[in-house]
Amino acid sequence: MNVTLKIWRQPDAASEGAIHTYEVADVSPDMSFLEMLDVLNEQLNDRGEEPVAFESDCREGICGNCGLMINGEAHGPEVTTTCQLHMRSFTDGDTITVEPWRADAFPVLKDLVVDRGALDRMIQAGGYISVNTGSAPEAHSVPVPKDDADRAFNVATCIGCGACVAACPNGSASLFLGAKVTHLGLLPQGQPERDERVVNMVAQHDHEGFGGCTNIGACTAACPKEIPLDVISQLNKDLRTAIKHGH
Amino acid sequence: MGYYTPGEPLVDGKAPDGPVAERWQNRKFEARLVNPANRRKLSIIIVGTGLAGASAAATLGEAGYNVKTFCYQDSPRRAHSIAAQGGINAAKNYKEDGDSVHRLFYDTVKGGDYRSRESNVYRLAEVSTNIIDQCVAQGVPFAREYGGLLDNRSFGGVQVSRTFYARGQTGQQLLIGAYQALERQISTGTVSMFTRHEMLELIVADGKARGIIARDMVTGEIQTHLADVVVIASGGYGNVFYLSTNAMGSNVTAAWRAHRKGAYMANPCYTQIHPTCIPVSGSHQSKLTLMSESLRNDGRIWVPKNQADCDKDPRDIPEEDRDYYLERIYPSFGNLVPRDIASRAAKNVCDEGRGVGPEVDGTRRGVYLDFADAIDRLGRDAVANKYGNLFDMYARITGEDPYAVPMRIYPAVHYVMGGLWVDYDLQSTIPGLFVTGEANFSDHGANRLGASALMQGLADGYFVLPHTIRDYLADGPFEPIGEDHPAVVEARESVRARTEHFLSVNGTRSVDSYHRELGNIMWEYCGMERNETGLKKAIDLIRGLRDDYYRNVKVLGASESLNQSLEKAHRVADFFELGELMCVDALNRRESCGGHFRSESQTEDGEALRHDEEFAYVAAWEWAGLDEKPILHKEDLVYTAIEMKQRSYK
Repeated sequence: MNVTLKIWRQPDAASEGAIHTYEVADVSPDMSFLEMLDVLNEQLNDRGEEPVAFESDCREGICGNCGLMINGEAHGPEVTTTCQLHMRSFTDGDTITVEPWRADAFPVLKDLVVDRGALDRMIQAGGYISVNTGSAPEAHSVPVPKDDADRAFNVATCIGCGACVAACPNGSASLFLGAKVTHLGLLPQGQPERDERVVNMVAQHDHEGFGGCTNIGACTAACPKEIPLDVISQLNKDLRTAIKHGH
Repeated sequence: MGYYTPGEPLVDGKAPDGPVAERWQNRKFEARLVNPANRRKLSIIIVGTGLAGASAAATLGEAGYNVKTFCYQDSPRRAHSIAAQGGINAAKNYKEDGDSVHRLFYDTVKGGDYRSRESNVYRLAEVSTNIIDQCVAQGVPFAREYGGLLDNRSFGGVQVSRTFYARGQTGQQLLIGAYQALERQISTGTVSMFTRHEMLELIVADGKARGIIARDMVTGEIQTHLADVVVIASGGYGNVFYLSTNAMGSNVTAAWRAHRKGAYMANPCYTQIHPTCIPVSGSHQSKLTLMSESLRNDGRIWVPKNQADCDKDPRDIPEEDRDYYLERIYPSFGNLVPRDIASRAAKNVCDEGRGVGPEVDGTRRGVYLDFADAIDRLGRDAVANKYGNLFDMYARITGEDPYAVPMRIYPAVHYVMGGLWVDYDLQSTIPGLFVTGEANFSDHGANRLGASALMQGLADGYFVLPHTIRDYLADGPFEPIGEDHPAVVEARESVRARTEHFLSVNGTRSVDSYHRELGNIMWEYCGMERNETGLKKAIDLIRGLRDDYYRNVKVLGASESLNQSLEKAHRVADFFELGELMCVDALNRRESCGGHFRSESQTEDGEALRHDEEFAYVAAWEWAGLDEKPILHKEDLVYTAIEMKQRSYK
């Protein structure tokens, strides 16, 4: 199949960006979207044009490194990561628009690469359990109900790709934040710091320039790991509880 | 002999003696202490933030040292440890099924075909139980039973249930635990994190590792970072094969640059090939995806008996025309033979021309993994319950429905057991350079047991290195060196010169095209089956291709910006040199063991044949210069607590 790509090119953070158009021929439906971009880049390199910068690493849907707006949708038309999107999801002759994640808190570094450091800084604000190495009690000393452990696992599968932020009209990272607060809040080990955690993480979220949540749900619809929307309700509930406790 | 120079025997100066069960306790006690007030005067650089690097950085940060840590990704949470599916072993004996530290130790040494170090493996088994405690306390959501206690499963052919898991995403959850511990230290200021930075050179001043040269991958700035000690935790080098299950960016540069500065590279030819990966679908392929090996419990592996049937719909091939070759050759283990045997058998039937799936470069490289019998016997729902997520993943990647048509699988490079040589303290042959996780060589021998890689990464980072590095740092702080020290200037200049070279060649071929060609050579001649003729041919091919690379590569863009082609150019240059050494190592080891099969060394039945009298040693290679013969140092493997046995799976 043949496709026309309209790709956002931007030499660096300080420069203006613009959409450039490229034709890619002989695309196999078995190629992943990123492999199709690899083919484009080989062609650009041969022609003496600088390849398009984009991010990926594991290419098996778990590292969270890849992420593109494809025809205006985070990770494209399927509920998956960009590396697991295949060209069979498109048809011969399609024109496909490819842009970087859209959010004020994710500045563009080059072409399709953005800086998602804000997500790490939110984890630094409290997204952990304080336990020094070697001081942990025997693992069986604290039982965890299976349902809690299973749900904690389900929400802990967030890969930090940033699709929730890119999909949100407000540029909010509430789904990311809610997933972490819910994961740690479901476990007995996470209780001592629970109030402090949510207050500090939310403060960091706002400080980074992410928008507020207005329950639109675009985040959960775009999430490749299908993190449910109710983690945001849990986030709000934990925040209210913490405030009630005087934080 | 023409390919290397024999060197002096190598002895691990830290190798402990006494009963195997007391060695680590004794070493910990003997390791000197550093007073808390002095720790903040000591600095540590850690390269790589996967399980080994992040756990080490978090632990050393807690202890109060000044830690600087580096990764090439945008966040430490993206290290390739995150992709591990299966689980993590620990000798907790929660199932009361006869497990013990000694049994985990025994299984690991046997699984590595008696080519790992006894003392190191025992320590690994010993601290495994602490790892689970630590991870649970961090909030890692392991699978649990209804009573609230941790669940276990058996894995990788062992007969006890010692594998802890978080569905099929154990690596992800363990890495997130270590990452969160690391981020906590970053917020307290004990650890400085440098993301999107790549180590391109090691600084060795006055005989000691004292820092690194790193490139800021966004601005292109070449930076000097100095410290009292350097830790390399940069993972494995399976991407030398181009196609592997490794992440796209996984590379050998940090380890290779250290090798060129004097750190020995041990057993580089030991590669683990995983039998159950999704086959290559075309020449555009950028990487391979692993399917959990648990599929072999219920799937039956076959190919058509007749070459003429290979392009038919498998459902139209009658039972009598199918060759269930593993069940035929290995009646007692059948489809559950060890990884290397299953992999080699698959390659053999495809090389015979009986492979299935799309033809890529003239050969069909795939065999069927058929669940039709299992679906008849257990029902579709039961199969979906057990393997549903894997079936979905397969369907997404291939566009085929594995409930209706048999899956296709093929072996792929997955893990390397070779790596930088370290002593019992995890210190390389360069004082002050420590190496952890997949980047070192010591624990898995010639083959790694399932669920052991995660265990080693965390054992090294949380529980081993913090003790042994302390002993080294007790001599510090070392005399400060400045940026004008000749060793620093030399290292920085060499990075600058190489960078400028790649950008100025302006040849005709992309870096990727060279990498792909190198990978084909490695896979063909230094993959799961090797022989003398092939390996010699590979060495010639690699040398020729490398020469061409330096003269004809085309790298566009500038150094002072984000430039992904330039990043790859540095890495592929190092893969060329490593690939050649892997072939030299494989050529020297004229025996079959673990994941390494020399066709000259097999039993009458075609099974791998070890030669313990000749090869029960670690091959540690010293760099002698480009176009010089590497120097081979042999470290004898001595087993006092375990008896070496030949294996048999007939």
